[in-house]
Amino acid sequence: MEPGEIHALLGENGAGKSTLMNVLYGLYQPDEGEILVDGKPLKLKGPSDAIAAGIGMVHQHFMLVPVFTVAENVMLGAEQVRGPFAGILDRRRARREVAEVSERYNLRVDPDAVIEDLPVGIQQRVEIVKALTRDVDLLILDEPTAVLTPQETEELLTVMRSLKAAGKSIVFITHKLGEVKAIADRITVIRRGKTVGTAEPSASRDELAALMVGRSVRLTVDKKPAEPGKPILEIAGLVVDDDRQVRAVDGIDLTVRAGEVLGVAGVQGNGQTELIEAIMGLRPTLAGTVSLDGEVVNGWSTKKVLRAGVGYVPEDRSVDGLVKEFSVAENLVLDIYDRPPFGKGLSLKPDAIGKSAKERIEQFDIRTSSADAAVGTLSGGNQQKVIVARELSRPLKLFIAAQPTRGVDVGSIEFIHSRVIRERDIGTAVMVVSSELDEVIGLADRIAVMYRGRIIGIVGPDTPREEIGLLMAGITPDTATPTADSPANEDEA
Amino acid sequence: MSTTAVPEVAVTAVDEGFWTRTRKAGAVLLALGVLAAVLFGALATGQQARFTLSETEGGAALEINGTIGAILFGVIAAAAGAALLAGVPKRWFTLLLGAGLVAFVLSFLCWQVSAAPEGRNFMPLVNVVRGTFILALPLIFGALAGVLCERSGVVNVAIEGQLLMGAFSGALFGSISGSVWVGLVAAAIGGAFISLLLAVFAIRYLVDQVVMGIVLNLLAVGVTGFLYERLMQTDAAKYNSAPRFSNWEIPLLKDIPLIGPALFRGNIFLYLGLLLVLVIHLALFRTRWGLRTRSVGEHPTAADTLGVKVLRLRYRNVIMAGLVAGVGGASYTLALYSFTKNMIGGKGFIALAALIFGRWSPTGALLAALFFGFADQLATYLGAIGSSIPSQFLAMLPYLATILAVAGLVGKVRAPAADGKPYIKG
Repeated sequence: MEPGEIHALLGENGAGKSTLMNVLYGLYQPDEGEILVDGKPLKLKGPSDAIAAGIGMVHQHFMLVPVFTVAENVMLGAEQVRGPFAGILDRRRARREVAEVSERYNLRVDPDAVIEDLPVGIQQRVEIVKALTRDVDLLILDEPTAVLTPQETEELLTVMRSLKAAGKSIVFITHKLGEVKAIADRITVIRRGKTVGTAEPSASRDELAALMVGRSVRLTVDKKPAEPGKPILEIAGLVVDDDRQVRAVDGIDLTVRAGEVLGVAGVQGNGQTELIEAIMGLRPTLAGTVSLDGEVVNGWSTKKVLRAGVGYVPEDRSVDGLVKEFSVAENLVLDIYDRPPFGKGLSLKPDAIGKSAKERIEQFDIRTSSADAAVGTLSGGNQQKVIVARELSRPLKLFIAAQPTRGVDVGSIEFIHSRVIRERDIGTAVMVVSSELDEVIGLADRIAVMYRGRIIGIVGPDTPREEIGLLMAGITPDTATPTADSPANEDEA
Repeated sequence: MSTTAVPEVAVTAVDEGFWTRTRKAGAVLLALGVLAAVLFGALATGQQARFTLSETEGGAALEINGTIGAILFGVIAAAAGAALLAGVPKRWFTLLLGAGLVAFVLSFLCWQVSAAPEGRNFMPLVNVVRGTFILALPLIFGALAGVLCERSGVVNVAIEGQLLMGAFSGALFGSISGSVWVGLVAAAIGGAFISLLLAVFAIRYLVDQVVMGIVLNLLAVGVTGFLYERLMQTDAAKYNSAPRFSNWEIPLLKDIPLIGPALFRGNIFLYLGLLLVLVIHLALFRTRWGLRTRSVGEHPTAADTLGVKVLRLRYRNVIMAGLVAGVGGASYTLALYSFTKNMIGGKGFIALAALIFGRWSPTGALLAALFFGFADQLATYLGAIGSSIPSQFLAMLPYLATILAVAGLVGKVRAPAADGKPYIKG
């Protein structure tokens, strides 16, 4: 690493990027080898040694105490103290320090805000401020954009540039090629725990992707023109509230036909989650109807909806999609464990479960040590493949995939995308919800853009990105003004 | 940098509808007030109800006609409830709710005292206040032990055992040495011994903390019971006759009416308990130790990445909790009674309830403990004046209140996020 350099560490999920950086931050101990700083070997017994050596890290899962204020989080571990026993917190000084750092690097945060009230993008900013107050020279950002909206990602890249200008070095861990090309000075590609090459940012996406996965990957999705059939999913006037009883879906009409992919684009938090959950029977609908193949399914239990031929990939796999402590084989039959051949009466049939698991591990290229390994030990991409394998192993009328490739490596993305298209081609109605615009454009035959609980427009996949981007921001071609403050007065698309 | 691009959808104000928490509390209070005015008013007799400021019938007293008092205070409670229901600024909430509840209790007392037989129709407030504190004292120590432990993320169900072990070793070593101070130190060490076991098994061996706590309570009952029968009983004069701390009167303060005799003529445990509440509260929210303790209880991984030694801090806090609870146990044997088998009798669990009722804060726990102590004291008092209400019913009230509190009446009760979860590095 050179001073003032942004060094991207690129690799598939499970390639060992995060592990390497955790060693560098002193959280894990190396089995062999050593770390050199300014030519001298460095022995890190814990994170405090790393901090003392000028190394800071922003973890993929933020290390912030949710009930503390920004200032408290920033000072924790390096508290400003005063008073007779040198133990009384000097909050005023801590606040001032936060203000100074945010001023200097243009990272605006309110020192008195409580973390759990802040949006994810701001929380990340707090993490960066936290590292900067410790005078780090090297900042490690572990998958910083995985949880950010496109706008927040843009802001983060701006921040990284200004840090670089201030002479800080940054290690930027990611598997998103676009961001790497946009910001990195040098790129190191890691595969299966080994450095497989370094590249300049001028290298093409295809070259980088090939280095990452060890073979060439298709970044665009090959597909034939869709042959839409009869409507499968019909939504009319749907109204849904979120957990806090705030209107999240505000009168949506939507149709998905057999043999087509409907992509739902939109900035996160515009009602996509609630829309999907309402379809799946996970959330009560306040008005409107959802019908599946002509039958109204409002008020059905989720189990009944699934049994009616709906496949569902939930947006957060670790919370809703898998039981992490269960084995791969068990997770593969979570939906049909109680029916032959996997279960009968009160008993499960382990042989049948194990046999089908082996087949599907093969078919879906799930990389696991065995069918009995706990799903939680798999990398993100392979966990996602387990879910996709489970959901696509039943005959489906409708397949709903929410953020199907979030936090998934390039190789798995390619695989999952090809599976989605294959499902479309056998006549299933497919609905893909994603905050990755590229993914929606690549997969969808029609794109519905959600904004503030409404479908603000439905466009074809050939529509320019900029136009879709404007729709995502609430700007329709006919109004040409943001509808920001008046979501209720829009004419329906 | 511009922040305008952040979608505003997610931060729309939460509309709770008409029935906010304030209004719900107001409605309940209004109903209670009306009930008090009508029911207690009807049941009260025309006899005077006297609230004396001394320990006896005599001296200065507040006096009111029973019927009038019951109705008057009932109406006050109802008025406070109505004000909350009508909608008042947020900062008035606690004040009005508190005033309303106190008025309700006063209405109840007007009925009870006036209905007592002639000559016993008085309530010596000094005794009631003092009794409240004495009964609350073990709860205060116990709940503080809970605060120290659970704020750092270790569930302390073993408070009962820590109190008991403290009481036992205080009695034993106090008796042998003949010194209250030796007894006090021994009591603290006894409590710390139980909590050290909790720490080792919970932190090092990752045993389920609730199960471990229960096992330790049983261990403490077993060990102290065995030693009581086989050692203390053999020569009670030698092993179970600890010297006792005498009451210390604090000059000037002891002469304040009502509060003086009740609070400033107490023993060392009373002063120590109140002092500890203050010290731990300040330490928890104002010092480096407190910030680190809370961070470890909420998000130990975050604390670890910033160089806080999670396990060491947990060990230290759990052992401190044992020291505090041990002293709490000694407040029995070095001030009030000699040791008897299982003499804590569940107070440790009530302390746990006070901890939750007080929302894991030292001052909250103090108030909760006093509330429980008051209910206890009231039951004793009403028994003495021959009340028509069965004393068991009154004894039940604190627990009913705890259930309501935990169910959300006093706002969202939220335990430290990592409470009870062992921390495994990596």
